[in-house]
Amino acid sequence: MSQTDIEIVVEDPTAPEDDSPSVVSSGTIEIFVCLLLLALAVTLGYDNWRTGASWDATGPEPGYFPFYLSVILAGGSLYGLIAALLARRASPGTFVTRAQGRRVLAVFVPTLLFCLATQFLGLYVASFLLIAGFMRLVGRIALWKSLLTAFAFTAVMFVTFDVAFDVIMPKGPLEAALGR
Amino acid sequence: MEALGLLLHGFAVLLTWKTLVLMMVGLVLGIFVGVLPGLGGPNGVAILLPLTFTMDPTSAIVMLSCIYWGALFGGAITSILFNIPGEAWSVATTFDGYPMAQQGRAAEALTAAFTSSFVGSLVAVLLITFLAPMISSFALKFGPPEFFAVYLLTFCSFVGLGREAKHKTVISMSLGLLLAGIGMDTVSGSLRMTFGSPELLRGINFLVAVIGLFGISEILLTMEERLALRGHAASISLRVVLGVWKDLPKYWVTLLRSSFIGCWLGITPGGAIAASFMGYNLAKRFAKEPASFGKGRIEGVFAPETAAHASGTSALLPMLALGIPGSGTAAILLGGLMVWGLNPGPLLFVEHKDFVWGLIASMYLGNVVGLVLVLTTVPIFASILRVPFAAVAPMIVVSCAIGAYAIQNAMFDVWLMLGFGVVGYVFKKIGIPLAPFTLALVLGNRAEDAFRLSMIGSGGTLKVFWSNGLVGSITTLALLLLFWPVIDGLLGRTGRRAAGQNDGATKS
Repeated sequence: MSQTDIEIVVEDPTAPEDDSPSVVSSGTIEIFVCLLLLALAVTLGYDNWRTGASWDATGPEPGYFPFYLSVILAGGSLYGLIAALLARRASPGTFVTRAQGRRVLAVFVPTLLFCLATQFLGLYVASFLLIAGFMRLVGRIALWKSLLTAFAFTAVMFVTFDVAFDVIMPKGPLEAALGR
Repeated sequence: MEALGLLLHGFAVLLTWKTLVLMMVGLVLGIFVGVLPGLGGPNGVAILLPLTFTMDPTSAIVMLSCIYWGALFGGAITSILFNIPGEAWSVATTFDGYPMAQQGRAAEALTAAFTSSFVGSLVAVLLITFLAPMISSFALKFGPPEFFAVYLLTFCSFVGLGREAKHKTVISMSLGLLLAGIGMDTVSGSLRMTFGSPELLRGINFLVAVIGLFGISEILLTMEERLALRGHAASISLRVVLGVWKDLPKYWVTLLRSSFIGCWLGITPGGAIAASFMGYNLAKRFAKEPASFGKGRIEGVFAPETAAHASGTSALLPMLALGIPGSGTAAILLGGLMVWGLNPGPLLFVEHKDFVWGLIASMYLGNVVGLVLVLTTVPIFASILRVPFAAVAPMIVVSCAIGAYAIQNAMFDVWLMLGFGVVGYVFKKIGIPLAPFTLALVLGNRAEDAFRLSMIGSGGTLKVFWSNGLVGSITTLALLLLFWPVIDGLLGRTGRRAAGQNDGATKS
């Protein structure tokens, strides 16, 4: 038979606690999203009205389709808004708890910084910084392991895309200094 | 049979070293993303798509579809060994798969899962081989009105048959269609919804949106959960495999039933998730002792896995034959076709025979190779889970960014990807489905073009959508599906009244 006695165990030391307080309820986010969508629908609808949303001799004008889609989107989000407002007291579902929010931001903020760094330093440098930094600071993994993994991964990506497949990525001062 | 000859030709296209190597690479990468928590079929395909941009279309689709098969296989590993479904469609596999692993029958359960996946895919591929050419040659007679009617049918069936709240499906779909319309209008050439921004002139690229919606948002969602896990390790010996295979004929009814359910739900946009649950529930209902399900019955693994794979594979049928994807992953593959310069639709079977039959042949070969590969390498893949997520997450972010940038060589797209990542995260958490959005974004322009061409052809009258029997019945069916919840509600009310009387009769 199989060796089922060997167990694979992976720990998650920074896991979000289960009893963490809620930051914001799903209902509130739903209301917020519906309002945003409504605003988007109005903006796009207006723009399409300006482009021309009527029906001329040969069929619809360019703005016709998107205009009515904006109307449908506005209708859908208005319905959602009312439904969310009515259900608000009935079901206080949690959108995100404080501990979860912290963990999500721990990925989102580095990703945001990574995009910024890509714009100015080029993708490969940004990638090295993101992987090494994330492993070290968020994952609490040994520094040498983090640096080595980041370097290896970035190098593999560079060889795969830049050298083998000729897919050119944004580059920065480092690549310029190295003459690539 | 003509199809058989073309299929053999497809195998001939496929059997080169380069393609076989790509196939293996695709399968390994696919199993890898299938095993990793928070990454699945659509995400894997979306993230790895950029790798294929410089390949010829046939190699590219072979590799991508193998990633998809691999991900389908990989999902079962974590369900059985760790009780963590790697994919939503493997949830039903955990019901009996994990108890089997706890009883020390992990190898048996894994063999059952892989074998039934193989059977399910095989049935679906056979269906594609013989049905897809027929449908596509029939669809060659389609004009713009027919095509618009088919698109309408797809959209309406999502709204009418989807499980989510209707207004959320409508929001998701209309938003997708709207965003698809941004940029240059293909019929008149005028600009729409660009607000003077040169970046928006190109429009919102479908693949950029998908990488954000599925890749980045999954990372955010995964981080929210406790990532600690504890599971069984297993290696599969040949004796176990042969033992399971010897018993296979006993379960032919279950396998056949699940394959049928899977194919049906795959072609209609029901999807693999619904198929796996339906397969499981029906197997339980028809079993002699339903109570033994959930305690480690091998049929409880066969039924959902067969259905999920049959569905995942047959979702490619409408994509190949009509250019309409039957699932999120199929939609991404469709986006890939456009990047490689192919025009999806029935003409594909005429203009790109090598491509289509190479793809179909790769489905046969990929599943055979995949089966052997997973059976022999399970221990390695199970141990991938030991790699900390803190190392995997940033690598996925980098891969996503590379993917998003490579599509149009635009930094704007990387920011767009990040934005869609947030949108995907929020939408998933408040229950707005992403599949209709994806579908609308990839089909939006084609649907609109079809509509406007029909209007130009007919001189601006909507009667064209009922001008002959075919287009008329498709349009009517579409509207029927759109209002299906209302109709079902009315029927259900009268039905329930009758059932209520029956219940009362039996109780008293």
